Amino acid sequence: MSPEFLYFIETVINGLMSGVMYSLVALGFVLIFKASGIFNFAQGVMALFAALTLVGLQTGQVPFAHLINAIFGTEIHHFGWELPAAVAIAGTLVVMVAFAWIFEKLVLKHLVNQEPIILFMATIGLAYFLEGFGDLMWGSDVKTLNVGIPSGGSFWWEDVTKTWAAEGSDYFGMYIDVLDVYAAVIAVILVIALTAFSQYTRTGRALRAVADDHQAAQSVGISLRSIWVIVWSIAGFVALVAGIMWGSKSGVQFSLSLIALKALPVLILGGFTSIPGAIIGGLIIGVGEKLAELYIGPLVGGAIENWFAYVVALVFLLFRPQGLFGEKIIERV
Amino acid sequence: MRLKTLIATAALAAVMGTAPAMAELVFPALSYRTGPYAPNGIPFADGYADYLTLINERDGGVEGEKVRMVECETGYNTEKGVECYESTKGEGALVYQPLSTGITYQLIPKATADKIPVHSMGYGRTSAANGAIFPYIFNYPATYWDGASIIINYLLNENGGDLKGKKIALVYHNSAYGKEPIRTLEELAKKHGYTLSLYPVDHPGQEQKATWLQIRRDRPDYTLMWGWGVMNQVAIQEAVNIRYPMDHFIGVWWSGSENDVIPAGEAADGYKAVTFHGVGDNYPVFADIKKYVVDAGKAAGDGNNVGTALYNRGLYAAMLAVEAARTAMKIHNTKQINGEMMRDGMEGLNIDQARMTELGLPGFGPEIHVTCANHGGPGLGAIAQWDAKGKQWKLVTDFMEADREVVDALIKEDSEAYAKENNIEPRSCN
Repeated sequence: MSPEFLYFIETVINGLMSGVMYSLVALGFVLIFKASGIFNFAQGVMALFAALTLVGLQTGQVPFAHLINAIFGTEIHHFGWELPAAVAIAGTLVVMVAFAWIFEKLVLKHLVNQEPIILFMATIGLAYFLEGFGDLMWGSDVKTLNVGIPSGGSFWWEDVTKTWAAEGSDYFGMYIDVLDVYAAVIAVILVIALTAFSQYTRTGRALRAVADDHQAAQSVGISLRSIWVIVWSIAGFVALVAGIMWGSKSGVQFSLSLIALKALPVLILGGFTSIPGAIIGGLIIGVGEKLAELYIGPLVGGAIENWFAYVVALVFLLFRPQGLFGEKIIERV
Repeated sequence: MRLKTLIATAALAAVMGTAPAMAELVFPALSYRTGPYAPNGIPFADGYADYLTLINERDGGVEGEKVRMVECETGYNTEKGVECYESTKGEGALVYQPLSTGITYQLIPKATADKIPVHSMGYGRTSAANGAIFPYIFNYPATYWDGASIIINYLLNENGGDLKGKKIALVYHNSAYGKEPIRTLEELAKKHGYTLSLYPVDHPGQEQKATWLQIRRDRPDYTLMWGWGVMNQVAIQEAVNIRYPMDHFIGVWWSGSENDVIPAGEAADGYKAVTFHGVGDNYPVFADIKKYVVDAGKAAGDGNNVGTALYNRGLYAAMLAVEAARTAMKIHNTKQINGEMMRDGMEGLNIDQARMTELGLPGFGPEIHVTCANHGGPGLGAIAQWDAKGKQWKLVTDFMEADREVVDALIKEDSEAYAKENNIEPRSCN
């Protein structure tokens, strides 16, 4: 094969891998929208908060250390111990469940049966609150996240693909980031687990009932408030997974919340209510933007992948407003 | 973080409250301790504040006049930065550090009209180095164009004075800031015969895979970076991932902080950045910072940032502001200076190594000589290299000159175009 063709394949593969990373963020949006009709503006910040909490617990950081020191004149920063990644992840999950419970108790409970725009506004408030709260709790310095997932180009894949090039060509193999491969495997496991949960468990069926019709679900005894706590807890778990994968790439810092911007075109394309849609949408966006950046970018000055993703999404929107896998909404008037 | 800022400001205000209010020196700090760029904004703001606190606590102020720092949070947002300027300029502001190229561009006409100097140290509009056209804007001790030229001079030294046929890539933040070095690098490419490839990265730069796939395919001999915030960390991590040789990867000073390299761990070892000031805390002034500021509980932060690249830059900026105020007092023979006098002090700034030693900063930066015509200062820079094991930057060169022939011609051309567009009659600096 010619090196040019192999570069093309390399771009497509890496685009798919990037798409998986976008899908991890988009999944959180889908879960909450599906179950409650809320577009959760705070999903990106939840990923940031989960990653901050994970690093904080792992490294034994004292939460609210700045505040405590400022009030009491102390000089405490660390507990002096470090937790294994698995324990810190479990601890973070507990924090995210507690966060879901508190948010339901303090905010959502009071907004039952309100217009979706009101609930959306509440999530905007939540995003800004959580960002400030995370800052106060864990500090705003850039943190290194290491849960043992390897990263970097795969030597094995490079060696395998090197032989695919025509003899005599100066080809040095295909690049694939091992971290992205892990992300893809984790995303597959996540989707299978979420699908199994929603299809084969009592709670999952209740979730689907609430998603179909709140009032009908309540009329058969399903507690809307419990369902919301569960959904927000699961979204918190998905946010943690996204936070781990993205945080491993760039360190944990406040711009991590901006990964939500990467999920929006995925949601437009895949639909707000479909878990497979979030995955397929992510893959299409990932491949589309990478091919555009490499092959169209140089012709127009580059840096087009961010907005090109939205162009792809808009084109889909024109033909399928509900997204590739979204449910067509038909209302009787 | 807002709470920390409030507490720090309140503490400073409490200290200042005991001083006579009439002749204080007001130094506003347009800082950003919140938002995505806070990890970089905080150490600079802390360094700036701590040095001014040191001057008040150790020396009783500048020539006996206390310094009052007015901190205003911009969140690295241009509109907020302009609001901060408007809300603080009436307090007797002597010099502004906008800490953002975007804010600096907005303040150039405003501050000039208000006759308040702006010190955009190592950022902002490079051609503002022409003091005849920008009487109130200063960017000493070095500009972006100096930085680009110094890196090329360093590469010339590394390659026996010949870059012919070499491929040099520039990965840059796709903004006015990131595009600043392009013209200089293009001119230098014509002069030295290297090929320049450009790789823009859109804000915020969290995802750069396409860029680094191109770099991996194109295999440039050297890669330069004009990045900021998360773009730096991701770029360094991606460079590590594709196994790009880190000692051939060189960033501008805004891509050369500990924040940028630490997330990539030991693999970032060898990464380089150009800098216009010293690194680390092995200077006598830091002992005073510890004694009079940190240990006395008067530090702006928790003291963890002392000696880091961005803290040192903030400290350096404060030192230059204090020395300019001192010079202004001498020129005008009064301790009650205003913005115009401060401008004269900045234009009369003359700091030699003997003075740097007196200040507890021997060799921390090059000698600085600013004039009416030259607001860009000496334009010198050194190359620092990251030692991942020791978690510290090390200077691997002395302070080097930029190619003045190329850079000065570009400054002249750009500043004269600005003067023409804005109907500015250059003042006489003779």
